[in-house]
Amino acid sequence: MTIELRSHVPDGPIEQKWDKHKFEMKLVNPANKRKYTILVVGSGLAGASAAATLAELGYNVRCFCFQDSPRRAHSIAAQGGINAAKNYQNDGDSIQRLFYDTVKGGDFRSREANVYRLAQLSVNIIDQCVAQGVPFAREYGGLLANRSFGGAQVSRTFYARGQTGQQLLLGAYQALERQVGLGKVAMYPRTEMLDLIVADGRARGIVTRDLTTGRVESHLGDAVVLGTGGYGNVFYLSTNAKGSNATAIWRAYRRGAAFGNPCFTQIHPTCIPQSGDYQSKLTLMSESLRNDGRVWVPKKAGDTRAPDEIPEAERDYYLERKYPSFGNLSPRDIASRAAKEVCDEGRGVGPTGRGVYLDFADAIKRLGTDTIHERYGNLFEMYQRITDDNPYRVPMRIYPAVHYTMGGLWVDYNLMSTIPGLHVIGEANFSDHGANRLGASALMQGLADGYFILPYTIGSYIASAKLSPISASHPAVREAERAVLERTRRLLAPRSGRTRTVDAFHRELGKIMWEGCGMARSEAGLRSALARIPELREEFWREVTVLGSDGELNQALERAGRVADFLELAELMCLDALHRRESCGGHFRVEYQTGDGEAQRDDEHFAYVAAWEYTGEHSAPTLWREPLHFEHVHLAQRSYK
Amino acid sequence: MHFRLRVWRQAGPGAPGRLESYDAPDISPECSFLEMLDVVNELLMARNEAPIAFDHDCREGICGSCGVMINGVAHGPERGTATCQLHMRHFTDGAEIVVEPWRARAFPVLKDLCVDRSAFDRIIAAGGFITANTGGARDGNAILVPKFAAESAMDAAACIGCGACVAACPNGSASLFTAAKISHLGSLPQGQPERDRRVIRMTQQMDAEGFGGCTLHGECQEACPKMISLDTISRMNRDFLAASWRSGEERASQENTG
Repeated sequence: MTIELRSHVPDGPIEQKWDKHKFEMKLVNPANKRKYTILVVGSGLAGASAAATLAELGYNVRCFCFQDSPRRAHSIAAQGGINAAKNYQNDGDSIQRLFYDTVKGGDFRSREANVYRLAQLSVNIIDQCVAQGVPFAREYGGLLANRSFGGAQVSRTFYARGQTGQQLLLGAYQALERQVGLGKVAMYPRTEMLDLIVADGRARGIVTRDLTTGRVESHLGDAVVLGTGGYGNVFYLSTNAKGSNATAIWRAYRRGAAFGNPCFTQIHPTCIPQSGDYQSKLTLMSESLRNDGRVWVPKKAGDTRAPDEIPEAERDYYLERKYPSFGNLSPRDIASRAAKEVCDEGRGVGPTGRGVYLDFADAIKRLGTDTIHERYGNLFEMYQRITDDNPYRVPMRIYPAVHYTMGGLWVDYNLMSTIPGLHVIGEANFSDHGANRLGASALMQGLADGYFILPYTIGSYIASAKLSPISASHPAVREAERAVLERTRRLLAPRSGRTRTVDAFHRELGKIMWEGCGMARSEAGLRSALARIPELREEFWREVTVLGSDGELNQALERAGRVADFLELAELMCLDALHRRESCGGHFRVEYQTGDGEAQRDDEHFAYVAAWEYTGEHSAPTLWREPLHFEHVHLAQRSYK
Repeated sequence: MHFRLRVWRQAGPGAPGRLESYDAPDISPECSFLEMLDVVNELLMARNEAPIAFDHDCREGICGSCGVMINGVAHGPERGTATCQLHMRHFTDGAEIVVEPWRARAFPVLKDLCVDRSAFDRIIAAGGFITANTGGARDGNAILVPKFAAESAMDAAACIGCGACVAACPNGSASLFTAAKISHLGSLPQGQPERDRRVIRMTQQMDAEGFGGCTLHGECQEACPKMISLDTISRMNRDFLAASWRSGEERASQENTG
């Protein structure tokens, strides 16, 4: 099969592309919209905003989430804020600048036209959220407050204390529940998508499992939307929620949707360091802390003195030293690698030596405890609750952790994958962030996709697709249902001899990935991961123990299915990382670095999106390339010095 | 550390349940309560015994998925702390810990420690929103929101919908949950047009779901991991009275003019 990666970017000047496209797209007659059913999988910022907006337009929507309520999707945990090019602070921001920052911050591996549209829509998002009652921070005069955020030199980040994701998600959730109340959205909580139904070349439905009763069921419709988030949990330890998984996008990949840039993962610089083997997840401390906190380690390796016993002259504020113009606000990939470097030199702090200080002493002296409390109170409390240290007195200890995946299913300008009718939004798509996402841009992208892009483009798809009705007896439906039942049966099959739990496999996979495909990647490391992963996958199917039955609430079975998919996805990530013989953004290949240790891009050979096509269980995936053209932001080596 | 657990086990919604005893050996004091349950589950599975089912997701105290009664206290002994953020260093080595699901008529047990909290979603669907279809909003700065109003809205909006308030209440009332949303939206200028309708519809739904009435015990406020204030309930009651009064007046005037 040949996949044609047609981006469908409209022609014309970049500022006018989206308006022009909106005019050229086909519309569905208002009276006809109720005749169409759209299946939205996931209820995070992208999924909930899309489901609510599509229902407002008149479509019938079914929305699915594995959590017990749509309000629990992991967008809820985003802390810092959401960017918008409002220029309310009169500090030189503009759509052009947000566009430029995002393309550059992504290390020139995103599609210019998409990013420009994202910057344009950012302003509408804030307006929409304010109208919904999102309690953004305000100035005394009643105007919206802003702060600056990692990697930006203007204050364009809107926030609601350290709970911006929660408040934006609740806004979208409330809009969604309003439509549930009006009967326009049927909500299916505790329901997991286990396969995609592709009939006559188009995505027409999904197969789900009711997580309470185990009932396997098909849902059919006119288009399918995946807003199922990222796949950071392939590393076992990440800042993602425990339930976050790749199953929906991975099943779609196996049905023919190309997977874009799977190796682009983001390691967030400010997380609470790991403390022991029992640890189930890592906790992020918002990057906004870097606005006032100063990052340092002792100058001397192996210095075990308490932080307050280390005099100023013996501290290395390494971000300020290496990147004087951005300092502590350097982009995430750069700040993470710098932390790894100083720890590799033996200068890390804390019991494990994998940590650096984030110190607020100067900020408290300058601004007072009250101001710091007002800005970061809940983050400080969270830190103290977990570590038992008081960050008003002792510097925080932080270390990088897996946080976000820029890769995901490949989509065109209309957010449609290589399977007609299958749309992918939010973190689940390969996204507008290129090889590195800037802080406060994930919320922006999720909501731009869900509120303002997909509702237009999906209408155009439906209006032009001329879909014939599909029945539950269609062979594709039967085949997908059979596949789901068969896989469940295999997972539950009793094993004799040596057995291990699902988590034991997941932990081992996580270690392989962190070492082989983490912050620094090498050909040798990737090759050894690529040798080990298929072995681990075989061991999994031979030795995994999953108790209980499929006809009940069975959390071990749920996890087993997700880990089985991670075991396949991990291999694709390593393949992609191996083939990309350059460093860019979060993808750092040790073989490709500048003299002073910065990422060395190779635009001549790698200025493209790598889109992988599934070719079968036992054959290598095929690589397709979508070349990237930079007409507005000139290709340049990133410099934050 | 070492603990002896007594955990509620129940196979399904209608099935009988009972407390079972389990050992939790070699627990690090840095472990969270849920990580301690993870360790116990790994041990159970190694012995071919069914693991304990419990709801959890973000494990950083914001998604509201988790929540169990720990020695009879919702979310356990630490104030303002969800179960996932509770660490074992707060317990005495060797202690017996009783772990049960939320107990409330409107939250039926699904299995072990998992309960059905979908009643909360239906309360929101009844009126916990501001009607603002996508696309029609004016500039964000066109609506001035006094700083104190934004702050008090945010205090109430911090609710994570975990259900601890219901579990802690002797009446099984959802008043704190409902009042938090009413206070959040009612504190803001954008929330005014639907203020009356919101309070009436949400409280009606709350009653229809089988939650008990509020008699101001204040247990909810103590149990709330986000420390939402009881003041929100006073506000809800005021709003409810005013809305009932106004809707009566409205009806009367319609009858007079009609």
